[in-house]
Amino acid sequence: MAATLSQQLTALRRTRVWRSVFRGGNGTSNLDRALAVQQNLFLHLSSVKVRKRSLAFRVTWFLGTLCMGALMILVATGIPLMLYYHPSVPQAYADMKDLQSVVSAGVFLRNLHRWSAHAMVLLVFAHMFKVFYRGAYRPPREFNWVVGVILLIVTLLLSYTGYLLPWDQLAFWAITVGSNLLSSVPVIGPKVRFLMLGGNTVNANALLRFYVLHCVILPLTAATFVAVHFWRIRKDGGIYPGKDHKHA
Amino acid sequence: MPDPNMPDSNDFIAGMNSDSRKSPVRVAFVTRRTSAQVKARDDGGTVMVFPEALFRGAVAIELLLLVLVVFSLFWDAPLEELANPLLTPNPAKAPWYFLGLQELLHYFPPVVAGVLIPGLVVTALIAIPYFQINIEGEGLWSRNRTLRLRMVRITLVLFILFLASFHVWVALAPTLLMVGLMLYSATERHDAGRFHRWLASKPLSFWIMSWFLLSSAVLTLIGTFFRGPGWSFVMPWSGQI
Ligand code: HEM
Repeated sequence: MAATLSQQLTALRRTRVWRSVFRGGNGTSNLDRALAVQQNLFLHLSSVKVRKRSLAFRVTWFLGTLCMGALMILVATGIPLMLYYHPSVPQAYADMKDLQSVVSAGVFLRNLHRWSAHAMVLLVFAHMFKVFYRGAYRPPREFNWVVGVILLIVTLLLSYTGYLLPWDQLAFWAITVGSNLLSSVPVIGPKVRFLMLGGNTVNANALLRFYVLHCVILPLTAATFVAVHFWRIRKDGGIYPGKDHKHA
Repeated sequence: MPDPNMPDSNDFIAGMNSDSRKSPVRVAFVTRRTSAQVKARDDGGTVMVFPEALFRGAVAIELLLLVLVVFSLFWDAPLEELANPLLTPNPAKAPWYFLGLQELLHYFPPVVAGVLIPGLVVTALIAIPYFQINIEGEGLWSRNRTLRLRMVRITLVLFILFLASFHVWVALAPTLLMVGLMLYSATERHDAGRFHRWLASKPLSFWIMSWFLLSSAVLTLIGTFFRGPGWSFVMPWSGQI
């Protein structure tokens, strides 16, 4: 008789190799399930248990989770895009054209990356307002709110630096308009703008700087603060489930 | 001498070999000295993060992926001509999430629209959880009603005059809507419906945040869909945005 999928899975999880990779938690008891989270570098940012009430859709609308989802899609599509992209003028634009005509599914890859980026900005704003309206920013979660504000700024910068990379008219002038605003900052504005663009106008240096920011510095910053954000959710007592009307 | 109340040998084993699938329940040992007061606290209970929460999260992310994949199959990302520093498009627009600011640039000097306002917004966001008034979150009119009403009225009149003097008519509309709701929530009525009671229970931070949300949405929409050459007001279907 053929073993069912779940039996095969169980057998797999009993093998020595599996058990050497995942430190414990290969049964279905609560202890095993707790260990599956607590003994895993990534999952242990989260608590082992969560209040049933805070999992209800109405509490978070899963918006924080969806921000994370958008970020994951962006990393997964961004890395293959990097394989086809040169951050130089005018090659960057030629690479966009190649994505459209030479690379298999190149258009789809670029579409998914771009629409996910827009979605992420929207989702992060939505998550912020949702957290505000359910009062989840109040102590002891006040610092996680501040971490959130940092994540909002990093998200906007990620989107903004990515905007330049296609090196078409839309990209060039959007960044020109945006960076001109910086010049109006008293005293340091023009200097910061010069540092950001590597010159007085949006040029090849600016493209290279935006590329490094977009593909290395900002993603690492985002990953770091997302880790802090998730870890603080656990440390601050888990997702705020809203006022407890029964025991107020 | 051994305690007569304690069993003389262990009749239980504690170890790391639990087969339990239930969440443990808090047990109170009531000794003779404490009065027996057990308070049952039903907060809905907990579930294991693995698999319950993680799988829900995975489903949410899969749905998002599905929507984005379908979207990407049918709508292509824009790609215009090669960047040309000598050929300025009219209008030249920033990415959509900055168009609210670009719209403000139309009314205020660059230092105000580009520095002061975004700086204030970020500072205000960070400050929210550090103000006691936002933490208590009691209804704006629940105390000192007359005094607060007078202060709110004066502030609003001054603010509206400020907007009008810079001809920021587009921000005036959402502001007036919020002002209307705010003053309506301050009216005292004995036949108050649910909506009125809900509004009246809202603290000051609710009003400020909602005003911010509404006006930035309106400004962004106008900047995105209603601004054409020379930042003139056009209709979205005019083909000039
Ligand atoms: C990359 C961006 C972000 C990601 C991936 C993210 C992710 C999450 C997740 C998964 C949660 C769990 C509960 C929920 O879904 O609401 C959460 C909670 C929270 N987020 Fe974010 N977030 C981000 C940005 C922000 C921003 C912009 C803010 C506010 C300015 C913020 C403030 C908070 C706070 C205060 C909590 C705790 C709420 C509670 O305990 O109920 N986050 N975040």
